[in-house]
Amino acid sequence: MTEAKITARNVDVFYGQKKAINDVSIDIDNGIVTAFIGPSGCGKSTFLRTLNRMNDTIAGARVDGQILLDGEDIYAPSMDSVALRARVGMVFQKPNPFPKSIYENIAYGPRIHGLANSKSDMDGIVERALSKAGLWDEVKDRLTDAGTALSGGQQQRLCIARAIAVSPEVILMDEPCSALDPIATARIEELIDELKESFAIVIVTHSMQQAARVSQRTAFFHLGSLVEYGETDQIFTNPRETRTKDYITGRYG
Amino acid sequence: MILTAVLLAVLGLGLVGWYAARGRARLLYTGRGSMHSMPGYHGWHVALWILVPALLVWGVWQAIMPGLVGGVVLASPAAQALPADPFLAGSILAEAHAIAADPSAVAFNPEAQALAEPIREAQTRFSLIGAAIVLLAAFAGGAYGFTRVRPDFQARTHVERAVLAVLLAASLLAILTTFGIVASLVFEAGLFFKDVSPIAFLTGTHWSPASAGGDNLSDKFGAVPLFWGTIYIGAIIAMVVAIPLGLMSAIYLTQYASARIRRWIKPMLEILAGIPTVVYGYFAALTVAPMIRDFAASVGVNNPSTESALAAGLVMGVMIIPFVSSMADDALAAVPRAMSDGSLALGATRSETIKKVLLPAALPGIVAGVMLAISRAIGETMIVVMAAGAAARLTADPFASMTTVTYQIVQLLTGDQEFNSPKTLSAFALGLVLFVVTLILNIVALRVVKRFREAYE
Repeated sequence: MTEAKITARNVDVFYGQKKAINDVSIDIDNGIVTAFIGPSGCGKSTFLRTLNRMNDTIAGARVDGQILLDGEDIYAPSMDSVALRARVGMVFQKPNPFPKSIYENIAYGPRIHGLANSKSDMDGIVERALSKAGLWDEVKDRLTDAGTALSGGQQQRLCIARAIAVSPEVILMDEPCSALDPIATARIEELIDELKESFAIVIVTHSMQQAARVSQRTAFFHLGSLVEYGETDQIFTNPRETRTKDYITGRYG
Repeated sequence: MILTAVLLAVLGLGLVGWYAARGRARLLYTGRGSMHSMPGYHGWHVALWILVPALLVWGVWQAIMPGLVGGVVLASPAAQALPADPFLAGSILAEAHAIAADPSAVAFNPEAQALAEPIREAQTRFSLIGAAIVLLAAFAGGAYGFTRVRPDFQARTHVERAVLAVLLAASLLAILTTFGIVASLVFEAGLFFKDVSPIAFLTGTHWSPASAGGDNLSDKFGAVPLFWGTIYIGAIIAMVVAIPLGLMSAIYLTQYASARIRRWIKPMLEILAGIPTVVYGYFAALTVAPMIRDFAASVGVNNPSTESALAAGLVMGVMIIPFVSSMADDALAAVPRAMSDGSLALGATRSETIKKVLLPAALPGIVAGVMLAISRAIGETMIVVMAAGAAARLTADPFASMTTVTYQIVQLLTGDQEFNSPKTLSAFALGLVLFVVTLILNIVALRVVKRFREAYE
């Protein structure tokens, strides 16, 4: 049995006095898409943000328990949270390209981490990242245009390309399609399916159909706890927990 | 005197009208739905009908009465003794008016003494006439208003319209004042430019209005040293201090400081903005300027001046810090959090994120803030009056004393004034230049801010 990419054990998250996540343990594997589903406010996004320590940027947030990336404790004092985020990339709910050119949006990360030795190196990185994100053909002739001038779906693929460009091991996606129309959503979903060959992908989604379409494993969160975690097929066809069953059949949420 | 009493009487009438109309409306009021408007609105409607026409008439009368009085007085026999020279006659008339207002005053000119009595008489007469007209207007208005106290009359709607008119008038007053100021500046500056060519004024490098006289006026009013002093102190030295410090404090406050520290530091910065400029002025003159002189002496400047551009500029820079800081604070806070999250999620540190994402995104807002700060700095007067000196010279030496546009305006318009001399009028020309420059800076800055805001909405 191969070791999990990310192993979380007994994770609690607090915002000030308020407990947002309660005793979550989960293993996330390489090469597949893991979906977090659950009603609004159930803690799925909060838990996602513990995996690259984005919660550190929120004042008053505190994480207990243990999260291992390849067996390494990411909350250990010796772990550099900035370096960690280069290994665990993130795509946000609303496309957030920088107010720079398309090229500079992609080159931003590699430049910070010194991944390119020359202009042609950088050109290669930009082209590969954009190709992987399925955007190269659409933008190759206008790399100097502003990233913000693209359509919403293109902007989101630009943000995915931007994340890919620093060669992360894991990509976290926080409701990446919630601001997009169905056509753009379909393109992102195809893209996620292709990207799982190279990265471990964790996606938070409101849409159960989306979880069913793109993921191989699904975790159902409710009120800050992990209720059920298993193969996506099993979760949607034969849930063990009544709460899961109620949620996926639309009884609440 | 009489007119003041009339004013009080009109206010009293308004009050009476309010009570009377409300009382009458109450009698008509027989229950819910029996009247369109509540009795109080009828009271207000009548009170407005009493006050507004009467006050308008009062104002008009105040404006035209001096003319009427003057006409009658000039026609009186005592006025025949006035000299033909209009200037002399005017001064005698002014004196006569002073005697008429204050009987204990002693006349310098016998003609003035003789005129005082006709003036007093005419004033009394016209005041009485005015009082009668005003009271008539009040009664007429009140009576008209009162006839409309009927159940179906929409007093509430009419009062609403009156409220709108009052609010509109209040805002128009501010705008009209601005136009009045601009008009007076342009007019006086126009008089100045009749004597001195605008080109000589804007491009000449020799400024000595005190010695102005004779024909070649244009040589004495070259304002370039003043413009240079203003820019050097306000836009260069002050900004070298204010931009980095203001920007860094804004970055610290928005990006690093915890809520608790922010709660302490922000009000303190705002206190800095609340210090009266005259306090900054003597801080500059008494504390900073001597230190700078000593420093200049220690680095080998020969006989340094106590007043220096550097002293004024440094203190002005400190004064402007809260201004730049709060504008930059707004600009940084307007950049969506998603922007910095995106950068942090790529493994950038906080300072990399600020340098490469936040500052470029906030740059238009920051630039606009700096422009507003410059427009404040170049209009600042007290600090330069107290610390910069009076010498109009073109030099880049920060230890030298220098003068600015605002300082010269103060110089030209205080002390013994002789109006209509080019020396005094030049102050208006300087004021006009200052006004135009700050206006342009403000307009451009506000445009930039607006466009910047739109970009993130």
